[in-house]
Amino acid sequence: MTTQSQPTEAGKPPTGMLPKLGDEPGWRERLSFADLAERYALLVAWGIVIAVFGVLEPDTFLSSANFTSIFGSQTALVILTLALLIPLTAGDYDLSVAGVLGLSAMTIAVLNAQHGVPLGLSIAIAIGVGALIGLINGILIVGLKIESLIVTLGTGTILQGVVLWLSDSETVSGVSSKLVNAVIGVRFLGLPLEFYYGLAVALVVWYVFDHTPVGRRLLFTGRGKSVARLSGVAVGRVRIGAMVGSAVTASIAGVIYVGTSGSADTSSWSALLLPAFAAAFLGSTAIKPGRFNAWGSFIAVYFLVTGITGLQLLGVQAFVQQLFYGGALVAAVALRQILRRGEIEEEE
Amino acid sequence: MPDTAAPPVPGPGGGSDSSRSPQLEARHLSKSFGGAKALDDVDLRVEKGEVHSLLGENGSGKSTLIKILAGFHAPEPGGELSINGRPVQLPLKPGEFRGFRMSFVHQHLALMPTLTVLENLLLPKLSTARGMRLSWGAERRRARQTLADFEVDLDLNAQVGSLSQIERALLAIVRAATELDEGGDGEEWGAGLLILDEPTVFLSEEGLQRLFRLVETVVARGASVIFVSHDLDEVLAVSDRATILRDGKVAGVVNSKETSKLRLVELIVGHELEAAMASDNRAPTAERMVEVGGLRTDNGVTDGVDFSLHRGEIVGITGLVGSGFDEIPYLLYGAWPGTEGTLSIDDQDWQLADMTPAKGLEAGMALIPANRQRDGSIASLSVADNVTMQVLGDYFRGLRLRSGEMSRQAAQTLRDFDVRPPRPDLRYSSLSGGNQQKVVLAKWLQQPRKLLLLHEPTQGVDVGARAQIFELIRAEAKGGTAALCASSDHEQLELLCDRVLILAHGRVVKELVGDEVKARRITQESLSAVSGIGEKEEDRG
Repeated sequence: MTTQSQPTEAGKPPTGMLPKLGDEPGWRERLSFADLAERYALLVAWGIVIAVFGVLEPDTFLSSANFTSIFGSQTALVILTLALLIPLTAGDYDLSVAGVLGLSAMTIAVLNAQHGVPLGLSIAIAIGVGALIGLINGILIVGLKIESLIVTLGTGTILQGVVLWLSDSETVSGVSSKLVNAVIGVRFLGLPLEFYYGLAVALVVWYVFDHTPVGRRLLFTGRGKSVARLSGVAVGRVRIGAMVGSAVTASIAGVIYVGTSGSADTSSWSALLLPAFAAAFLGSTAIKPGRFNAWGSFIAVYFLVTGITGLQLLGVQAFVQQLFYGGALVAAVALRQILRRGEIEEEE
Repeated sequence: MPDTAAPPVPGPGGGSDSSRSPQLEARHLSKSFGGAKALDDVDLRVEKGEVHSLLGENGSGKSTLIKILAGFHAPEPGGELSINGRPVQLPLKPGEFRGFRMSFVHQHLALMPTLTVLENLLLPKLSTARGMRLSWGAERRRARQTLADFEVDLDLNAQVGSLSQIERALLAIVRAATELDEGGDGEEWGAGLLILDEPTVFLSEEGLQRLFRLVETVVARGASVIFVSHDLDEVLAVSDRATILRDGKVAGVVNSKETSKLRLVELIVGHELEAAMASDNRAPTAERMVEVGGLRTDNGVTDGVDFSLHRGEIVGITGLVGSGFDEIPYLLYGAWPGTEGTLSIDDQDWQLADMTPAKGLEAGMALIPANRQRDGSIASLSVADNVTMQVLGDYFRGLRLRSGEMSRQAAQTLRDFDVRPPRPDLRYSSLSGGNQQKVVLAKWLQQPRKLLLLHEPTQGVDVGARAQIFELIRAEAKGGTAALCASSDHEQLELLCDRVLILAHGRVVKELVGDEVKARRITQESLSAVSGIGEKEEDRG
């Protein structure tokens, strides 16, 4: 193929915001420094956080035990964040993910520890229940055209109640040690297996988002429902599917959650909702800026946890966690808004 | 082009009598959009206590003129505006018109359907008033008095959503008229100017009479009215004078008592058209390819439409606003529920009641919607994402999307459709309007289609891109596609179409073929479909 001269190709001057590719017809990707900086700013910030705490607390922060604890304890949050990405990409909120996680954990604990149901079957039932909740959310949102925020605020609260009811408001322990072993007992390259489960779920979400038509349809639905619909996308089904996907993934997070301690409690998991949102939005400013994406979110979770761990080692009080997560959410949303400036849809 | 229309005539009492300055006088207003002159040295003079109509086809400059008065658009330097004889600084800021005792009622009325009549009446006051305690009792008494003054009978507690169309229109006009009294300081700006921008589109004959009575009441209180409409009967019935715009210029100013519908049509349409942009050497076949039968909707917008398209034929469909023509492409495509009727394409039959966009695609239809931003494309995604939206399945092989191949193929498609620059990686929103529309065409036409549904395919597109888009559509038709083009741009229909169907009240009332497919004739027929001008009379014109 020869290079054609295109006298009219001048077009608009590059604005720096646009990802720029090489001259046609090669379409080699050539990223400018600004693009690179934008994509990897979060990784750089993470490095800076590590460096700062490393200087301040060299003995404790830079210990391998600390890194093992950072990387080996957050998988439930990682998977919960990845669950959120699915409806967020399709343009809906899901505030019930933490409730689904809690119910999944409690279902496994009650079935396995109290009723002696085999572990595998307990997990399958927990995930099935999650899928059902996602389906109910989806049908309420799409079928009755109710705001996803309101529907899932309601169902999330109902789930909290259901968990208390199932458990008689008490922590249920005694889940099969096989699960605990498979989650935190066995180590690979110094890290408990749960880290790799999070990595695997991120890989799946990345694959579906970036390399399948389903992922594109989610994106089209989230960015332009009317366009997607007229282009033949079954928008209603995509949105219901996103809610089911989110709930199933959150149920898997619940399996990890119950596996880290062998027991399920009645409410501690509800504190995971905000960090998951913070990580999802923060993640959307990195790797693929402007889009909710798996690797950005994966990095964001560990970035946030690293910051909090460092502050706690410095002896800062526990409330810093809320300040940090809340601040990160607001900052991430603000940053995302700035990144998306100029691409707001003009609607009459 | 030579202006064969009558020169503007001075209005009653115009110019010489300085004690009676006009309520509004605009002079030398011009406005261009991207090189195209939307308004070219336009004068408008509205006397005190006058109902003055503003007439013209779509794109003649009416709405640009109204938007300059509303402060949405800034006119080019050189324009002058005076209110009650006092010069006013142009451009007006948005909302500044209130201070000059002007008030607008737009087609969509700007009412809040879930609030009551009283709350809607108070809306302007509540939006701007500061630190005021609201006395509902007093407001209610006052509102009741206002409605009585204007002889409009409405229940103040009724929800606006439950009112009929005419009641809503009356409410909006009363509210605007009361704003005249509240806006402005004293007599400095005269008794006010009410601008009614096509509020009559969906009204019945009886509703129109009520609206005209209300306009008379408003005028009797001293205010002036600018009345924008397509309907010549309405214009002649309600207004004292009319200014007719054509191609951004004043084609004439007439006295309603001394003119006829025919004369108005002549002024609106003009006598000639610019030369066709490209010769058209297609020949549609005689083979019937598409049949539409008994197309109707729950809401009555269309009411039993039947037509057929031949292979390779481009058929236009048009009518006045509210006639239902602009819904037809979406109804055939299954975009909206509540549709009935049958569609057959190449002897394959479809029930429109269960048509969906997915089935529409399967049936071989393509839809180019008028609202590019909302329905046609996703501005925040790349050009490649937009172009490949419907062919993703072709690139999903070996369990992954072949994104390199997609990008290369998209680049080729963009070159085929002459999108400039042909770069799939660009964000869609960074392209010009014409190129955006070419991307939408590329998205739909990269695969062969049987029935191409177009709605205002060249809206917001520059002249060069317009010619290219016509070429693309003609090439499709030459390849055996049937095309249906819904448009209120009658010149476009002349240039593009083999045949034109005219709708009124949701039915096809006229079919123009061959030499009859002329913009002027299309406009005449659209207007007379409602107004009822005789065939013979118009043949003379």
